Amino acid sequence: MKLITAIVKPFKLDDVKDALKTAGVTGITVSEARGFGRQGGHTETYRGTEYKIDFVPKARIEAVVDDHLVDSVIDTIRTSAATGKIGDGKIWVTNVERIVRIRTGEEGPDAV
Amino acid sequence: MEINSGATAWVLISAALVLFMTPGLALFYGGMVRSKNVLGMLMQNVFAMGLISVLWAVVGFSLAFGGGNRWIGNFDLAFLRDVVGDVGKAAQIPGYGDTLVIPAMAFVAFQMMFAVITPALITGATADRLKFGSYVLFIGLWSVLVYSVVARWVFSPNGWLFRRGALDFAGGAAIHVNAGIGALAIAMVIGPRRGWMKEPMPPHNLPFTVIGTGILWFGWFGFNAGSALGADGIAAQALVNTNLAAATAMLAWLLVERLVSGHATTLGACSGAVAGLVAITPCAGFVGGMSPIIIGGLAGAICFLCLKLKQLLRVDDSLDVLAVHLIGGLFGSIALGFFADKSATGVGADGVFFGGGADLLVDQLVAVGAVMLFSFVVSYLIAFAIERTIGLRVDEESELVGLDQSQHAETAYQS
Repeated sequence: MKLITAIVKPFKLDDVKDALKTAGVTGITVSEARGFGRQGGHTETYRGTEYKIDFVPKARIEAVVDDHLVDSVIDTIRTSAATGKIGDGKIWVTNVERIVRIRTGEEGPDAV
Repeated sequence: MEINSGATAWVLISAALVLFMTPGLALFYGGMVRSKNVLGMLMQNVFAMGLISVLWAVVGFSLAFGGGNRWIGNFDLAFLRDVVGDVGKAAQIPGYGDTLVIPAMAFVAFQMMFAVITPALITGATADRLKFGSYVLFIGLWSVLVYSVVARWVFSPNGWLFRRGALDFAGGAAIHVNAGIGALAIAMVIGPRRGWMKEPMPPHNLPFTVIGTGILWFGWFGFNAGSALGADGIAAQALVNTNLAAATAMLAWLLVERLVSGHATTLGACSGAVAGLVAITPCAGFVGGMSPIIIGGLAGAICFLCLKLKQLLRVDDSLDVLAVHLIGGLFGSIALGFFADKSATGVGADGVFFGGGADLLVDQLVAVGAVMLFSFVVSYLIAFAIERTIGLRVDEESELVGLDQSQHAETAYQS
């Protein structure tokens, strides 16, 4: 079992969600996030004064998937989230030691 | 004079319109501060409706409009006793003779709302760091020691600036220059926000600011057109002038902003409109034709360009009370010396451009000069005295967590 975490541009969230559904992912968790990477922040101007806003709004997507799906899920996210411009985000994969479905108590791949 | 019911109705409604401007100002400013300070800002403005209303009835009105001399009123009308006089007759306010056509209490109410909003204007300069208790003390003292005195000079027909011939239709000098320079004084004493010019402090909710601007613009019709103290051609001209100046100032601000910093912004549209409203305030019932358009347009551009003043002065006038209210009020008051046109409404005088020579212009300059000098000195002394006794600003931790929690134990946005 792997946890796939992706940080993407907020306006690409719907595209990524639809693509992941099609790719067979049964559930994802989404949260609003702010941060900076190589893109840095952006500037806003209020009453003639320019402000550097360091944290850019991003969407964080988390999905736990079976090992054999990892490569295809990463590809799916990459294709659906990419705009080709700086700031498209990152994807990383972490090991999941145990997963439990709360309602039934099932564990492992059955719980996903 | 007999009471005129149309005039009375309009002035009473105008009093309500002007009162509504204070929560409008609260939103205008509240949207511009950081989210941890929004309740602090709203509270300071709303609180003025409480404290100043009472002070005005107890002593403020009498000091501004009671008997006394040309510098200050006496206590004859304190606690509003003996104000009404002949019930059923129009107001007999010292200095006005038998010219008013509204009941005394309509006059008291209308002037009360001016007294309420004027110190509230100052809150923009001290945003995010003024201790609430110190604020209470400051505006209480300021209202009595500064506002009532300046209102005497400018608004009361017994005041020395009024008698000199200086014109201020609805408070360019008495309200905006007065509060603007007072804001500069307290901002100098309290010092800048922690992180000023080092970290960004962008507005947290510009939609609030837009709503506030709408309320201010709406209320300003009562402020300016109500100052005719009648429901007549002067009021109608003042209302049209008010709208036109706000409109052109918005356009001019946006144009200059677009040229100078690249974008026409929402905050710019709001700031420009308010700058125009401020500038037309002294002129409202004394100009006509295309003058409000010229005055508004110039005010929008000039106020935008004066935003840099606070950096030159190294004073953290956080929400630009200086550029919008002081400069806007100064510009409007001086512009009246050029644009005043007695043929527009039948009252006032003629300015330089309308064959009146420089007399009015000189009176206008004397008026704004005297108001600035007096208000700056007394405001500074009040702020300084508070700073040296109970302190003006919150401690570092309170400033970092924000005024909402540290001063009021509340949070604006629960998430």
